[in-house]
Amino acid sequence: MNILRLVFLNALRHKLRTALTIMGIAVAVLAFGLLRTVIGAWYTGVASAAPDRLVSRSKISITFTLPIAQKEKIARVPGVEGVTFGTWFGGVYKDPKNFFAQVAIEGPVTFAFFPEILVDPEAVKTFGAERNAAIVGSALAERFGWKVGDTVRLVGTIYPGDWDFVIRGIYRGRDEATDVGTFYFNWNTIEQRMAQESPGRMGQIGWWIIKIDDPARAATISKAVDTEFDNSSDETLTETEAAFQQSFVAMAGTIIVSLQIISVLIVGVILLVAANTMAMTARERLSEYAVLKTLGFGAGHILGLIAGESLMIAGLGGVLGVLLLFPAVEGVAQGLKAWFPAFPVDPATFVLAAVAAFVVGALAAVFPAWRAMKVSIVDGLRRID
Amino acid sequence: MAENVIEVKEVEKTYYRDRMPIPVLRGLSLAVPEGDFVALMGPSGSGKTTLLNLIAGIDRPDKGRIIVAGTDLGTLPEGQLAKWRSRHIGFVFQFYNLLPVLTASGNVELPLLLTKLSKKERRDHVRAALELVGLGDRMSHSPRQLSGGQEQRVAIARALVTDPTVIVADEPTGDLDKQSATEILDLLGRLNKEFHKTVVMVTHDPRAAERARVVHHLDKGELD
Ligand SMILES: Nc1ncnc2c1ncn2[C@@H]1O[C@H](COP(=O)(O)OP(=O)(O)OP(=O)(O)O)[C@@H](O)[C@H]1O
Ligand SMILES: [Mg+2]
Repeated sequence: MNILRLVFLNALRHKLRTALTIMGIAVAVLAFGLLRTVIGAWYTGVASAAPDRLVSRSKISITFTLPIAQKEKIARVPGVEGVTFGTWFGGVYKDPKNFFAQVAIEGPVTFAFFPEILVDPEAVKTFGAERNAAIVGSALAERFGWKVGDTVRLVGTIYPGDWDFVIRGIYRGRDEATDVGTFYFNWNTIEQRMAQESPGRMGQIGWWIIKIDDPARAATISKAVDTEFDNSSDETLTETEAAFQQSFVAMAGTIIVSLQIISVLIVGVILLVAANTMAMTARERLSEYAVLKTLGFGAGHILGLIAGESLMIAGLGGVLGVLLLFPAVEGVAQGLKAWFPAFPVDPATFVLAAVAAFVVGALAAVFPAWRAMKVSIVDGLRRID
Repeated sequence: MAENVIEVKEVEKTYYRDRMPIPVLRGLSLAVPEGDFVALMGPSGSGKTTLLNLIAGIDRPDKGRIIVAGTDLGTLPEGQLAKWRSRHIGFVFQFYNLLPVLTASGNVELPLLLTKLSKKERRDHVRAALELVGLGDRMSHSPRQLSGGQEQRVAIARALVTDPTVIVADEPTGDLDKQSATEILDLLGRLNKEFHKTVVMVTHDPRAAERARVVHHLDKGELD
């Protein structure tokens, strides 16, 4: 027998209450971890952005196109090593729910701008040779069960009609943060159809991808590019790729802020759950604490008994919550594959969950322990006598 | 005449309920010689428990001095008073007050956790104490598995296991049937006679009071 054993036996006293509290804390820790992971996922795109790439888009809005004729001028701006482009296609595969990014690119040359995209050189060669070839991300291929050689029909929304593509390659990411959920095909495919159906829409691209020689001069070069088209009908807004992706994140800014607030509130909820249990527990045992004090146990022992039980319950809840976090993140990652390239669980999330559980355990014990220590022996004993 | 192990001098104690003063003890004095067996009787609310608590050092008087086992309790700060209690006082409650999560031996071992005894020494003391109260075969029973009389015997084992100077008992038979009450009184009598423990016992039961050497009657906070 020792004090620790008494802590343990006390915790097991109301098994259902203890179990419910542990589960409550576990669920809250799980929710906290999930939210933080989702918030983190928003930023992985930004984190993976290459510092030596600029993105130039229409100054009016990302939804406006730019004329292909700008390419020559951009290429001549000092510091620019290469220019290529991408165009948002926005087609539907079978069902609008099957959302994924479809980007029409200049051609095989575009892949050279993206060293983080790992793809078989033979596939890239074929991609260049066949007008309706597509190269797709591994997550996308896995999601729809596509193999090389499969034909995929997209129904255009921005560019009307049925569009058939043959998958010629499946690319992987160099690291976890790399987006492996995009469908790339040749911009020429669009161009040729437009030539027949609406020649007025020819020669338009979505955004320029610019490789620069010195990341430190990104701001200067961006400015130089934009100056090039000042006062033209197609003014540009050039920024680093990170800033470009950040602007997508910023669009979701309010959502993220709410998520962050919720994750903090959740810690508050756990605190209330644990504090409630400890308050009930300590209240029921006031006479027992009085007996212990009569026997000569001091305030420190009482504090130890209550805080020990509280920390044990919060700790178990925390561990359980973190253990549940892995399968939960896996499940959410499956569900949100289309929107987020990667769902890494940040080690900081574990640390935060552990710290939160500890703080909750300690705080939940403060009031009950203070009360139990303060109640005089005589008053404590009179509660049952 | 043996030396007084308990000296209560001119003690006053007033409780307050909703700011209303309830004077309980008014200048009460009492001396108990070492090895004595004292019974405190008196009507309900006369202050018996209050006096016992003061002697046991779990409550403090408003005025007056209480000297037990050579220590003036008024001079001890809270922490030292707790230590002093663990060394000198064995407390027996009317409702036993065993911790329900611990076995009989766990309960008896509790006060020993505050000593420097080794695990084995503690176990030996616990066994000896439980055998003394006739429960050597109930060591691992939980309080719920024991009868009221057995629970009170475990409580007595807990009170004596530290070999205290004084054993105080507040209506130790108040909640027991006649047979169990007799056993408890026999036990307290043995502790007094064989082990020379000073015993102060509060009781309503005249037959219990008969076991004591002296009976003090308390009425309206004063001894007769
Ligand atoms: N902690 C307290 N707070 C307020 N009043 C108290 C407190 N303890 C005792 N009293 C009051 O003091 C008076 C004496 O109480 P005490 O418990 O000493 O009486 P008692 O002689 O032991 O009675 P009983 O035979 O019923 O146990 C009672 O009126 C009681 O209500
Ligand atoms: Mg009483």
